[in-house]
Order: sequence, then structure tokens, then C-alpha cells
Amino acid sequence: MSEQSTTPVVNFLLEDDLTNRFPEYVSPDTRKGYEGYIVSADKLLDVATTLRNEMGYDYLSSVTGVDYLPEGMLEVVYHAFKSTGGSGLVFKVQVPRVNPVVPSLVPVYPGADLQEREAWDLLGIRFAGHPDLRRILMWEGFSGHPLRKDWSEPYFETAGKPFKSRWPEGLIQRSEDEIPFAKNVDYPEGFNPETWVPDKDALLYSSLARSKIHGENSDIQTDTVVVNMGPQHPSTHGVFRVVVELDGETILSLKPVMGYLHRCHEKIGERNTFLQNMPFTDRLDYLSSMSNNFGYALAVEKLMGINPPERAEYLRVIMAELTRISNHVFAIGMFLNDLGAFFTPSLYALEERELILDVFEAVSGSRMMCNYYRFGGVARDLPEGVLEKIHGLVFERLPRRIDELDLYLTNNEIIRSRSEGIGVLTPEQAIAFSAAGPVLRASGVPYDIRRADPYSIYNRFDFDVAVRYHGDTYDRYLIRIDEIRQSLRILQQAVNDIPNGPIQEGKPQYQVRVPAGEAYGRVEGPKGELGFYIISNGKPNPWRYHVRAPSFINLTPFEEMCVGDKVADVVAILGSIDIVLGETDR
Amino acid sequence: MSDMKQENINSTKYDIPPEIEGQVTITTLDKIYNWGRRSSLWPIMFGLACCAIEMICTAASRYDFSRFGMEVMRPSPRQADMMIVSGTVTKKMVPQIVRLYNQMPEPKYVVAMGACASGGGPFKEGYNVVSGIDKYIPVDVYIPGCPPTPQALLHGLISLQRKIDTQSIKEVRWYKKEPIEAIPIPILGPDIIDPREIELIQAYTQKKLEQTESPSEREET
Repeated sequence: MSEQSTTPVVNFLLEDDLTNRFPEYVSPDTRKGYEGYIVSADKLLDVATTLRNEMGYDYLSSVTGVDYLPEGMLEVVYHAFKSTGGSGLVFKVQVPRVNPVVPSLVPVYPGADLQEREAWDLLGIRFAGHPDLRRILMWEGFSGHPLRKDWSEPYFETAGKPFKSRWPEGLIQRSEDEIPFAKNVDYPEGFNPETWVPDKDALLYSSLARSKIHGENSDIQTDTVVVNMGPQHPSTHGVFRVVVELDGETILSLKPVMGYLHRCHEKIGERNTFLQNMPFTDRLDYLSSMSNNFGYALAVEKLMGINPPERAEYLRVIMAELTRISNHVFAIGMFLNDLGAFFTPSLYALEERELILDVFEAVSGSRMMCNYYRFGGVARDLPEGVLEKIHGLVFERLPRRIDELDLYLTNNEIIRSRSEGIGVLTPEQAIAFSAAGPVLRASGVPYDIRRADPYSIYNRFDFDVAVRYHGDTYDRYLIRIDEIRQSLRILQQAVNDIPNGPIQEGKPQYQVRVPAGEAYGRVEGPKGELGFYIISNGKPNPWRYHVRAPSFINLTPFEEMCVGDKVADVVAILGSIDIVLGETDR
Repeated sequence: MSDMKQENINSTKYDIPPEIEGQVTITTLDKIYNWGRRSSLWPIMFGLACCAIEMICTAASRYDFSRFGMEVMRPSPRQADMMIVSGTVTKKMVPQIVRLYNQMPEPKYVVAMGACASGGGPFKEGYNVVSGIDKYIPVDVYIPGCPPTPQALLHGLISLQRKIDTQSIKEVRWYKKEPIEAIPIPILGPDIIDPREIELIQAYTQKKLEQTESPSEREET
């Protein structure tokens, strides 16, 4: 509470004032099922500055584009929130499909950096004034912008699933047989591979600072060294690549390079039916599939206007919190791996994770890819004996083992000297760069969606928002231990209070009716704010399906954290951000 | 096949004098050669996607594939015998995978773990997804599942050991005189380009060009 009393009281503008302030440039979005404001592209920077400085919307959570092919326009959608909590504000910019240019919001909200690059890569929206507008998920030279509705891939069959070729009539066709190369490749007409010059990352390297360094005698100039880490590197947590520019061992600049696991999640998601997307969300952040289900179910339920019954809400919370624990113990184990404690701590961490996976296997049938949540409920009830098992875990085993991890790791000399004061992110930077989850809270910003904008039944439980104030790698490790303890508190209450009753609102359906409109559902996933932006036009498939991936956006301040530290610290800092590549690249 | 079992290595037709029994082994060269190789298969430490997490679990204490001689995960391809392709192979990643495969010394094996590495899996239709790593490098064992459980991965690895048991030192390719050609590394063009298919691509794009230049002809045919 002392934190709040020290912050100056600002009289924020009310939302209604926005249209009064910019009467010709801002108008409410009046389409049916839509919310927010439509802002003229010329005044976007002014409106965003007003929103941030005068209205308190200092946290730009999500930036994405939508291709409205029938209307002939592209739309950029921004979701802004207040870092003090509360619901958000949506504003949009509409531009024509031919040569679309939108002013970049990076000067106002630096957290828009990677997301604008993604919108450029996948939708071809140019952001004027962006400092480094390169492709991010695909490579330079790839033909076309794949999320445009008139762009189709080589295996394209129809705009919506289910495909005829997969219907069980005994006539199974293989997509490979339709293409001369027997794989999903296509080339533009007249393309000659012999004269093709592949991009050798020239743009990437030119985006580094590339400064000349003056030696101690100022007449000597030395060159900097560029080091590539990844995509195959034991400590990048998957296929992630970092390009660092070094002066000796000190980092001068750093660029994350991603897309090595870009599995076209959104393009496939816009072809799937709503329910078919549920198992795909499992494979986003594959360490915490239950949380991913949760966010997607919330977004679609918002559109459908239904709420799950009481028992299902409890089951959802129990599974989501168990996921958080299993994710955090894994993250701690792998972080210790990155610090050089090779595999011993992570073996202990994995042991606890296996026990939680056993629970998931019992309730959903799969250890990792649970596919457990449904719109308006969950897939099935707890089998016999599982509640007792969860009870034993959250009251006996896990608290004891977390104390043990804490005891042996937290005050370890090597861990402290490797991580204290390394990779510092100040609270102002964390908010500006749209960092989320443990990264944001370790920097002293007590922002947890479970409290700031409560969803499901989280407002019933008694728990504290874990927060640490140094913003360094050590605090990002500590906050995970804190969060596990808070999750255990929630779980203990939920296991005691869970009522009997139905687990599904209405009848379970394969094909749900989703009214036209837009919805943004967000949950506090283990890695941070996981948001799903969904646009339905009343058809069985979503028109737009976008994932606000915390692992992806938490990489925006990565350079900020690393510059000035040593190259060996990159590994530790990356481990403390805790990324999962399935979600980073989608 | 039954005589290939490890415990049969000591049982031979030859009589061993009782005083040195237990100290001398008589076996065939193939058996002892394969026994040595199958019991120390070192995988390259290289995870792609979700399946990599199950691979880590298989390496951890509960499932523990070091029981089968695979505990030494090597970060360098130069020291590895086996590549577990654990997850979705994307077009952006496949040049690196082929390069890693080329850098592994013979004898080398590839295990395609999971639906994605075997054939594209749930992401097959994606524009950046390679529908199966076997489009680029030869695969020895395919493991189904999404992701395969640790038990399934262990079964796949044991199947690979069985495959090794059947190889003969006289016939294996790495002792042949002729050199083993490296696999050409795919190029990132407007789409992924396999250098082995350059002529096919040229013919395809030329045909496409002709079709768009004379659309009326296309309609007639």
C-alpha cells in the first residue's frame, strides 16, 4: 500500500473526452459486436500520446493487423491498458490494402517494436518511422505476406475446414500428390533459382550498432565482433538465435532472431473451426497447455456470451494453477542449467513436474497436450481418486519440495554472483516495453491480470500478487518461487471449496455458433499476459485469430537488459525471461 | 535375429577351457562391432519444439534413457551418432538441420520423433512447415505421437538398436571405397529451394509464366 500512496495522484481524462479532444480524427467503432475507437492514421501518434500521458493507458499490450478483404482495407488494432489495473481500451487504424502505411507507435510505446515487425511480415503493413522494420518470422526474400486473405499456401484446399479430402469416404488424397515437387513449395512465375541471390542477413547485421571503438590511446580504433548464438545452441531453449555485437566480452548491441519455429499458427487457426483451434493452442506454449486453453476459451466465451458452471470454473482454476507450478519448476531448473549447474537441479525440478503431468494425464488423457477446456466448461470431470492426489500434492508434497529448492538454490553463492545486478530492467522500462508476467513483476510493477482485471473466479481467492523490486536476473528467479507459493495458496482453497455439479454449460457441441464481433480474452499465463484476439463474422471459422504471446513480447526489452553486460550473461538473462519457442514464433 | 541378442554374444559353438571361462569371449566381428555401437548411441543435443520437452523428460530420472547407453547428449554434431529430430521442421530451420546432419560423422542415424518430424503433423498445411524431415535427409526410425510419450521414444530408440544389430561391417556404406556425398543445403528463396530440384523448379516457373501470358490457351486446354 505504501507504493500507492507515494505515487502522485493524477486526474486522468475520461474516455469520453477522447472524441471531444480529436473530434474529426477519432470516432467510436459502431460495427456490430465491435468496441473501441477508430483513429485516423494522421493523428495516431497524437492520440496515442494523449492516451499514455493524460489518460493513463501506459501499457500497450497487443498490436496486430486484420485483413478485411471484402471491405478492401487493412486495420491495425491496438489494445492498451493501465498499469494500475482495470479493463482496456481498443483503438484501430484503417488503411487501404494497396500500399498501407501506418505511423509507427514505437516512439510512444517501445513495446510495439516486435509486434509491428510481425504485422509488416505477415500482413504487409508498413509502419512509417519504425527504427528497424525487417521481416521477423519469415526470412527476407520470402514471397508475399501470408496472413493476407488472398494469399494461399501450396497445400491450400478450401478456405474453411473440415476439408473434403479428410472426410471418411475411403477417398483419401495426399496434398503432396497435387504438387510437382511432392512437398509444400510454390514459386512465383518466371523465378529462376540459378540467378537467385539469397539474403545473407545483410539487413540484420546492418541493424546492429556497428560502432568503432576508440582504444585507450584515442588514435587506435578497433573493430567490434559479431557473434551468432543459435539457432542450434544448447542454451537458447529451442531454436532461437541471438546476434550480439561485442567489444571484448561486453555487449554493445543485440538482436533476437526468430521464426525458426514459425508454424503458421494464425493462418491455420483462421481456417480451423472454433473448436478445432483448441488443440492447436496447446502447442503454443507447450509447457503450459492448460493456460493456453484457458485464454482461448475465455475469448470465445466472451463472443458467445456464455459462462461455465461453478464446478467447471474450479476445475479450470485448479488446472491453470497446477500448470503455473509445473512451468515455473521447469523454468527454474532450466535457468540453473543455463547458469552452469548442469542438469542436477533440473532433475529435481522435473521430478515434481512429472507428478503434475500425471494429474494432467489422468484428467485429459495426455501428459502435455491436454486439450481440456471447452467453450462453456471443460471436457471431462475428474476421474476417481484424482482430487485426492491433487490434495496430497498441494498440501503435502509440493510445499515441502519448493521449500527444499528454495533452501538449496536461493542463497547459493554462484547463483547470487551470476545473477544479482545482471540484466536490470527498471519499472518504467518494463511498462514501456510491454513486458508481462514475472518479468514485469520482478521489476516492481505489481500487475497481475488475476487481480488487475479479474477473470473466471479469481476474485474469490485469497492470494498476494508476487512482486520484487530490483528487476535483475536474480529477482526474476525469486519471483517464480514466490508465484509457486501463491499458486499453492489458490490451489489449497480451490481444492477445499470445489463444489459438485455439472461441468459444461448446455450440451457439448462440435460446431459452436459464434456471433459476429470481436473479442480479446486474456489470462495471466505462467509467462505473462496471454491474449487471444478473435474476430468472428458468424461463419464456422474465425475471420481473424491472433495470439498475443508473452514469450514473444517479453523479448522486446531483451536488448535493453543485455547491453553493458557480458556475453555469458545473455544466457542467464534469456533463461530468466523464460521463453518457449512455440509461443515466440507461433 | 534371435542370435543377435546381446546375451547370446557369449554363447558360441567353441569350447572354452574351464580355467579361462568367463575371461574369454568368442564372437563374430559383426556382433561385437554392433554391440559396441548400439550401447553407446550419443544423440545430438538439439531440440526443435514440443517433442524436445518429452525428450528432456526421457533423459531425466524417471525414464532415464542412459539405461540404454544414450545419456551423453552432445551439443556438437561432430561427436554425435544420432540425431533425434524432435519437433516441427520449418523451412527457415531446415538448412541448419541439413548442415548439422552433414557435419555428423558416419555412422549416423536419424530418428524422426513425433508427427511433425515424420510428416508435418497438425501443422502440415502451414506455409513455413516442411512436411516431414525425410523430404531432405534419410530417416531410420519414425516415432508416431503428438508428442510421443517417453515410453514411445524409448521404444523408438530400442528399435534403432535393433536396426543396428542387423548391419554388417562388410556392407555398411561408411567402409565402402566411394565417398559419401553430402546432402546439398537448401536455399531460402521466395520459398525453400532444394538444390537437387533446380531444373524441376525452372521448368515449373517457366510453365507458369507461359500460362499467365496466354490465359486463353489455358482455358482451351
